[in-house]
Amino acid sequence: MITRRNFCKKTMLLVGGLAIPLAAFELFDPKKLLADKSDNARERWVFLVDTYKCTGCGFCVKACKIENEVPYDANVTRTWVERYVITKDGRTFADTPKGARDGFTTGKIALGEGMFQEIGNEDIDKAFFVPKLCNQCDNPPCVQVCPVGATYQTADGVVLVDRTWCIGCGYCIMGCPYGVRFFHPVYHVAEKCNFCYHRITKGMKSACVDACPFDARRIGNIKDPDDPVTKIIMTERVGILKEEYGTKPQVFYIGLSKEVK
Amino acid sequence: MVHGEAWTIKEFFVYPNEYIYWTIQIVMYPFMTGLVAGAFVLSSLYHVFGVKQLKDIARFSLVFSFALLPVAMMPLLFHLLQPQRGIYVMLTPHFSSAIAAFGIVFTTYGMIVASELWFVYRKYFVETALELRKVGGRTFGQHFRHLLYSILTLGAWDISEHALERDEKAVRVLAGGGIPVACFLHGYAGFIFGSVKANALWMTPLMPVIFICSAVVSGIALCMITYIVTMEIRKLIVAWKRKQYPELPSPEELKSAEVQVVTMTARYLIMFLILAITLELLDLIFRGYTAVKSWDILRSVIYGKDFVSIFILQYGIGNLVPFILFLLPRLTIRRAVVGTMLVLLGVFMMRWNVVIGGQAFSSSFAGFMEYRLPIWPGSMELYREGLFGALTVAVTPFILFWILTKILPVFDVKDSH
Ligand code: SF4
Ligand code: SF4
Repeated sequence: MITRRNFCKKTMLLVGGLAIPLAAFELFDPKKLLADKSDNARERWVFLVDTYKCTGCGFCVKACKIENEVPYDANVTRTWVERYVITKDGRTFADTPKGARDGFTTGKIALGEGMFQEIGNEDIDKAFFVPKLCNQCDNPPCVQVCPVGATYQTADGVVLVDRTWCIGCGYCIMGCPYGVRFFHPVYHVAEKCNFCYHRITKGMKSACVDACPFDARRIGNIKDPDDPVTKIIMTERVGILKEEYGTKPQVFYIGLSKEVK
Repeated sequence: MVHGEAWTIKEFFVYPNEYIYWTIQIVMYPFMTGLVAGAFVLSSLYHVFGVKQLKDIARFSLVFSFALLPVAMMPLLFHLLQPQRGIYVMLTPHFSSAIAAFGIVFTTYGMIVASELWFVYRKYFVETALELRKVGGRTFGQHFRHLLYSILTLGAWDISEHALERDEKAVRVLAGGGIPVACFLHGYAGFIFGSVKANALWMTPLMPVIFICSAVVSGIALCMITYIVTMEIRKLIVAWKRKQYPELPSPEELKSAEVQVVTMTARYLIMFLILAITLELLDLIFRGYTAVKSWDILRSVIYGKDFVSIFILQYGIGNLVPFILFLLPRLTIRRAVVGTMLVLLGVFMMRWNVVIGGQAFSSSFAGFMEYRLPIWPGSMELYREGLFGALTVAVTPFILFWILTKILPVFDVKDSH
C-alpha cells in the first residue's frame, strides 16, 4: 500500500533520479561549448545589400581578395557577385565568372568549361546583380558541425575560423547551405568571409563596403537603433537568402527576386 | 591550385567556391567502417546467438574485423588537409558535431574487439607459451615467440575448465555488447551524412539505418570471400601434405564443410540485402512523392547524370544479380565468389553514389559538378585523394590480416569456443 510518506519518498527519488541524466544534458549543451554567446555584447554586426544599386563592377571582390590575402588568381573568393538574366520565355540564367572579380565583361552567360550562352537583348525580361558573402548566421550550421571547435561565433555575431586549430576536414564547407566556404590555397584550412573582422572591430567598414562606388553594400550594428542600416532593416522590406534552412542569416537584401539561388 | 579544382568539372550555375571537397577517401571511410561492423556482427551471430554453422567463420571474421579496424581511420587521415592535427578531435571534441564523437566511439569499439579477441585466444596463448617454455635451447625465433605469447597472456595463466568457462562467458558478453556498438559506429557514419541539412541528397533520418544494413551486407560478403580464398589455399596445402600425412582431412571433406558454411552465411547476407534495398527504395520513392524544392535537381542527378552508377552498377549488377545468384538452388563456391564480389561492388557504389552523388549538384540547385577520379598520383594531393590512395586503404587490411594470422591462427585451433 502506498502511504503518503512513501509516496513523497518515491517522488523525491524519481525527481532526483531524473535530474542526474538531465544534468548530463546541461553538461553537453552545445551552446555552452561554443564561444560564449551571452547577450551583453554591444554589437551585432549585420550586412545590407541593395541589389538595385549593384552594377556588377566587381570592385568589392577585388578589394576583398587584396584585403584578406586570398590569392588573386585562385578560383575561390570570400565574396562574389552573381548575374541573373531572366528571358521572355521564362528561363533563368545565372553566372559569376571568377566570382565577378573583373566584373562582367561580356553579355554572354558563362555555362562553365569555357562554354557561353548568348542571349539577345530583345529576349530579356529582367536582369540584375546579387552580391553574396557569408551571412554570419545566427544559427550557423558551420559552427555546429566543426568537430574541433575551430569555427566559432563571437559575441558580436561574426563566425570566425581559427587557422591554428582547423584540421581541414571540410565538414563546415559541406554544412553551409550558401557555399561561401572553401579551403585557403595557402594555409590549407577552412576560409570564409568574416565581415573584415579586423577592420570592423576597429571602427572601420569592411573592405568591400569601402570599395563599392554605388553604396550597394553597407554594414551596420543591429543593436544600435540609430544606425542607418538598422533603420532600413527595421522599417523597410528586406529579404534573406534560403530561409528554409533555419540558419537565420544576417545579410539582408533589398530587391531580392524569386529567381535568386 | 585550389583544393578540389583538379578533379571537379562545373557545369551551369555553380557557386564559385563549390568544388567536390569530399572525394574517394570519404567513399572509402563508410565502406571500410561498414566492413568492420559487418565482420563483427557476423562473428557475433555465432558467439551470441549460437548459430553453430557459423563457428568456422566466426573466429575468422573476428580477427578480420580487428585487422580492418585501424583501416577505418586511414581514409579520414588521408582526407584531412591537416592530418597532423587529427588528434584535436580527441583533445577538443566539439560535441555538437557528428564527427566529434568519432574518436570515442571508435576507441570503445576497438577495445571491445581487442578484449573479445583476447578471451577467445587466451587458452591458445597460454598453451603455446607453456609449450615453448619446455623447449630447451630455443632459437632466436622461438625465444621471441615465447616472449610474445607470454606477454599476450597478460599474466593470466589459469586455463582450468572453470577459468575457460568464464572466458567463454566474457566472449559472449563482449560479442553481445559489441553488436550495438558496431551498429552505432556505423550508423554514426550514416548520421554524419544524414544530418547535413545543406545537402538535399544526404539529409534523411533513414541514412544511419541504410548505412548499417549495407554495412552488414558488405562485412558478410568480405568475410565470405576471404574465407573462401583461404579455404582454397588450405585445400591445396592439404592435398600436397597428405602425401606424407594421410590422416589429414581430405580436400573433399574440407570442400563440403566450406560449401555448408558459405550457404549458411549467404542466407544472412540475403536477409540484410533485402532490408537495405527496401530502405533505399523507400527513401527514393518518398523523395519523389513529396517532391520538395530540391527534387527537380535530385531527379536530374538520380535519373540522368548518375543513372548508370545508381541503377546499373549499384542496383542492377551490385544487388539484383547477386541476389539471383544466391537464391538459385545448389549454391556453388564459384557462384558464391562471383556473388560476393558483386555485392561488394554494389555496396561500394552505394557509398559512391551517396558521397559523390551528393556533391554532383550545386547548392544553387542550378548547376552540376562532376568528379574525375585522379588516377596518376602526380602530387601528394592527387595521391591522397586519388585512385592510389584508395588502393592503399583497400589493401592494408589484408596485409594486417596476414600479419595477425601469424600470431593468431584462424584455422585448426581445437578449443571450446
Ligand atoms: S553563411 Fe555559411 S559560413 Fe557563413 S555563418 Fe552561415 S553557414 Fe556559416
Ligand atoms: S574544416 Fe576546419 S573549421 Fe571546418 S569543420 Fe573541419 S576543422 Fe572545423
